[in-house]
Amino acid sequence: MSFDRSQTPNWRPGYRFQYEPAQKGHVLLYPEGMIKLNDSAALIGGLIDGERDVAAIIAELDKQFPGVPELGDDIEQFMEVARAQHWITLA
Amino acid sequence: MHSTGSPLPEKPAVGLPLWLLAELTYRCPLQCPYCSNPLDFAEQGKELSTEQWFKVFREAREMGAAQLGFSGGEPLVRQDLAELIGEARRLGFYTNLITSGIGLTEQKISDFKKAGLDHIQISFQASDEQVNNLLAGSKKAFAQKLEMARAVKAHGYPMVLNFVTHRHNIDKIDRIIELCIALEADFVELATCQFYGWAQLNRVGLLPTREQLVRAERITNEYRAKLEAEGNPCKLIFVTPDYYEERPKGCMNGWGSIFLTVTPDGTALPCHGARQLPVQFPNVRDHSMQHIWYDSFGFNRFRGYDWMPEPCRSCDEKEKDFGGCRCQAFMLTGDASNADPVCSKSEHHGVILKAREDAEHATQTIEQLAFRNERNSRLIAKG
Ligand code: SF4
Ligand code: SF4
Repeated sequence: MSFDRSQTPNWRPGYRFQYEPAQKGHVLLYPEGMIKLNDSAALIGGLIDGERDVAAIIAELDKQFPGVPELGDDIEQFMEVARAQHWITLA
Repeated sequence: MHSTGSPLPEKPAVGLPLWLLAELTYRCPLQCPYCSNPLDFAEQGKELSTEQWFKVFREAREMGAAQLGFSGGEPLVRQDLAELIGEARRLGFYTNLITSGIGLTEQKISDFKKAGLDHIQISFQASDEQVNNLLAGSKKAFAQKLEMARAVKAHGYPMVLNFVTHRHNIDKIDRIIELCIALEADFVELATCQFYGWAQLNRVGLLPTREQLVRAERITNEYRAKLEAEGNPCKLIFVTPDYYEERPKGCMNGWGSIFLTVTPDGTALPCHGARQLPVQFPNVRDHSMQHIWYDSFGFNRFRGYDWMPEPCRSCDEKEKDFGGCRCQAFMLTGDASNADPVCSKSEHHGVILKAREDAEHATQTIEQLAFRNERNSRLIAKG
């Protein structure tokens, strides 16, 4: 089954993405938990706003980092994992 | 090589206090016999003021604290709770309210939302109304909790339901889980009570048998598989009592490593159970959080590995479990630097074996447990 890039990701209610200066990185905060995101996950996470669909996120990152091979696949994969972990909803 | 075995690992760098637990008050309308509050809670000092808490939040946040739990006692008893939530959220904390649900109203749920509260955790005592009321020492408690759990969801909060399990309710785990799913909980903590504070006093009447535990875990796993197959995001977290393990838990991820608790009177602790230890702990009225975390005697007392006697000192598992829980070592062996007796390498492991044995023959009913109330607290503190 191929991934539908017209879906719009949003953080699950109660999940908050934010920058933590003390950890010098982005984290995802949720009830009594916290996950430190790596740099690429943080870049993708920063574009999740409930407005942009997956295609728009890919286009935006492609503009910022032109010529990165398999960028689209990586972003799709992030979405799949984040949905499986119930961090985001895709609608 | 010297005779004590392998050389000690280098002193690890002190981590950030990522988690701050604000125990706002020891006041509570309930009387749970497994309460983790100190036995002499009725004799503790004056509560911190709103301004004093603001200072604690500000300093901890600057040092990297990101998760903030409001607990107690019952935090709803504090009249300034909405103000405290508002300030914490403004500083960038993820704010968690840990409540019994008693004293919660729709109005408060909505006021807290406006103040920026991120999440509410309601603790239950059992799925069965009668057992629940008996344990909490209040008849209306259960109906109130159900209503509030529904209201929490209706206001768009994520919800964690916490069930403290023990020998009197663990056999009903299927009903407990069904109830949580029906209430659309996002996370369910099924935590066998840990034996500190009041629970330790009541241990024989609370510790489930191994058979009870194995059954409960099996049923929980069946529900997990079912939820996953349905794509239901509800997550079941099962916490076993370490009395049935051969190695202790890596308590608090190591002493003074990521957790910082501030008690109602301002005493700062590396773990909410640590107050009972014969260790001098700093108070936020006298010191900055910076000093407390990095420099105080109390927070450095069991950091790293240098303090360890044998068998932990030369053990190759010490980086995994840090020798276990200091409070448990103190309660059960009389010396807080001993190996946690849960460990089968501890010379005191027999205490744990005895407790397991006792669990097979215990006959205490719920009515015979010591309920956490002021009267019992004063009696015990004087005794
Ligand atoms: S465990 Fe029970 S008695 Fe103790 S503070 Fe919580 S609700 Fe109150
Ligand atoms: S001896 Fe100490 S360090 Fe080794 S496993 Fe037991 S408690 Fe952990």
